[in-house]
Amino acid sequence: MPEQHIVLRHRAIPHLDRLDVYVANGGYVQLKRAVTSMTPAEVIDLVKQSGLRGRGGAGFPTGLKWSFVPAGIDKPRYVVVNNDESEPGTFKDHEITLSNPHQFIEGAAIAAYAIGARDVYIYSRGEFWDEMVHLKACIAEARAAGHLGQNLFGTDYGVEVHVTPGAGAYICGEETALLNSLEGELGQPRLKPPFPAVAGLYACPTVVNNTETLANVPQIMERGPEWYKAIGTEKSPGTKIISVSGHVARPGNYEVPLGTPFAEVLALAGGVWQGRAMKALLPAGASAPVIPAETAMGMNCDWESVAATGSILGSASFIVLDETTDMAWVAYKTVRFFQHESCGKCSPCREGTFWMKKILTRVVHGEATAADIPLLGDVVRQIDSKCFCPLGEFALSAPRSTLAQFEGDYLGHVGAPRP
Amino acid sequence: MPDPAAVPPALPPADRLQRAFAAEIAAAVAKYPAGRQASAVLDLLYLAQAAYGRITTEAIEEVAAVLEMDPTQVRGVVGFYSLFKEEPHGRFVIHYCTDLPCALRGADAFLPRVCRAFGVPGPGETSPDGLFSVEEAMCLAACDRAPMMQVNLSYFHDLTDERLDGIVAALKAKAAAGEAVGPPFGFGSVRGVAEGVPSVEAPS
Repeated sequence: MPEQHIVLRHRAIPHLDRLDVYVANGGYVQLKRAVTSMTPAEVIDLVKQSGLRGRGGAGFPTGLKWSFVPAGIDKPRYVVVNNDESEPGTFKDHEITLSNPHQFIEGAAIAAYAIGARDVYIYSRGEFWDEMVHLKACIAEARAAGHLGQNLFGTDYGVEVHVTPGAGAYICGEETALLNSLEGELGQPRLKPPFPAVAGLYACPTVVNNTETLANVPQIMERGPEWYKAIGTEKSPGTKIISVSGHVARPGNYEVPLGTPFAEVLALAGGVWQGRAMKALLPAGASAPVIPAETAMGMNCDWESVAATGSILGSASFIVLDETTDMAWVAYKTVRFFQHESCGKCSPCREGTFWMKKILTRVVHGEATAADIPLLGDVVRQIDSKCFCPLGEFALSAPRSTLAQFEGDYLGHVGAPRP
Repeated sequence: MPDPAAVPPALPPADRLQRAFAAEIAAAVAKYPAGRQASAVLDLLYLAQAAYGRITTEAIEEVAAVLEMDPTQVRGVVGFYSLFKEEPHGRFVIHYCTDLPCALRGADAFLPRVCRAFGVPGPGETSPDGLFSVEEAMCLAACDRAPMMQVNLSYFHDLTDERLDGIVAALKAKAAAGEAVGPPFGFGSVRGVAEGVPSVEAPS
């Protein structure tokens, strides 16, 4: 199955990041159509009919999320774009921001119209520093050309799009942590409910959507929800950008219909590098339970099919591991990440990731004893289901699944110094 | 929104941020609704880092005064994030990724060569000439171009010994050409610092 570029349209249209090129290719027409000829409810219905699901990880139906914004609350509403792409192995929003920024800006403005918001905040990870400069220039140019701003297309409606920098914190990809960060607080998650649709930014109704999710919206409106729904599977419609990294010949972003067999995605990425065999796949960056190669090779790439293997699709950051990979080292690397990124709110995550890292550091340096391996399993069980947000659970995915499926890799380290 | 032209007569003891970046402060605060100026704290901390060279106590106090926040709250925000530097650092801050996807493609083995190219004894240290600080970083969302790094948050991909040497030479030339004060780290972005040394570009 070949790639299908709905979001990565710049692959076929050079300079799509330029406003003139974007407009020449149908840009901002759908925003104008929404604002001048559709009611907000019609826009939400259209997105609902398409079956679009959130591309940031959870896969929640986008139109439904928009419809949760309550009517009749006399408060401002906000759209927040989660462009805080920080999951290890994920680099799709980075490419969208660089190469097709107007498409998600237009999608965000359409979302704003649909929920009655007049301000959009694009929260970008701080490391996208030069990218934010580019993004702000794109927004200013679109505004100067009358595609954003007040009295839009001669109506009473207006929308302003702002860019806010993060400052290096993975946890701010969690939507309520992001909202706290955007309010000037520590980026720690909030208790849900209330959900952001009811009480989000400044306790006002807020929709938080991922960059890739919003980049789908203008094309869905242009070509119609039925067209979109016909791509992918019944429960996972549309395409998904899969960021393929690790031991492949051609790492990169590949946009394929959801439900594409993993074997075909691997082939697009040139297969396993150096003629080696595959050992396992991490399908959602550092956060997913590892899938052994044999299972992965029979798996399709959609939320349901990946869940059926006991793992998660998440934001579809596929880290491919070849036959030479030491799975205890993989667990060490993921735990090192989560220990660094734990926000410190919950003791089981803050302390537990610290202890897991300590044990795994001993393991990979050949300083562990046989007792350390069950000890790691104990720490995993003590963190399990005791954390406020998913970060604590994500931190367990690699150690738990590698212990269960590749225990031999751990045993090989016990008493045997690493060369 | 505080009008920078109408700063109260009792100026806070430190005002380097406001003297250097009055227009930028006003623009940052204007993004948010009235009374929600604390939302601009991250924007202002980058500017303060530029004005003070790093996040000092005076920088924190000035940001707090401008945004009408408690200095303790601002200090908490500073400590929470990775990109605010409280310790002295080199003119160019190198974030070299050694997270899992890059490490699978040899990033750990390449780290000593990165340190050597920048003249730094090891990660977490600064070169004796004060130009370069090298830090190991968590995933920087460019896993398809490993080994990779950011210099003052500009991307440099597909690193080889040869490319590293070219980048180091270009950065040294930039430093020799004079001061370039600005965010993110007190010294400005190095986007497009040299021909043939890509910073921002689309993945192929």
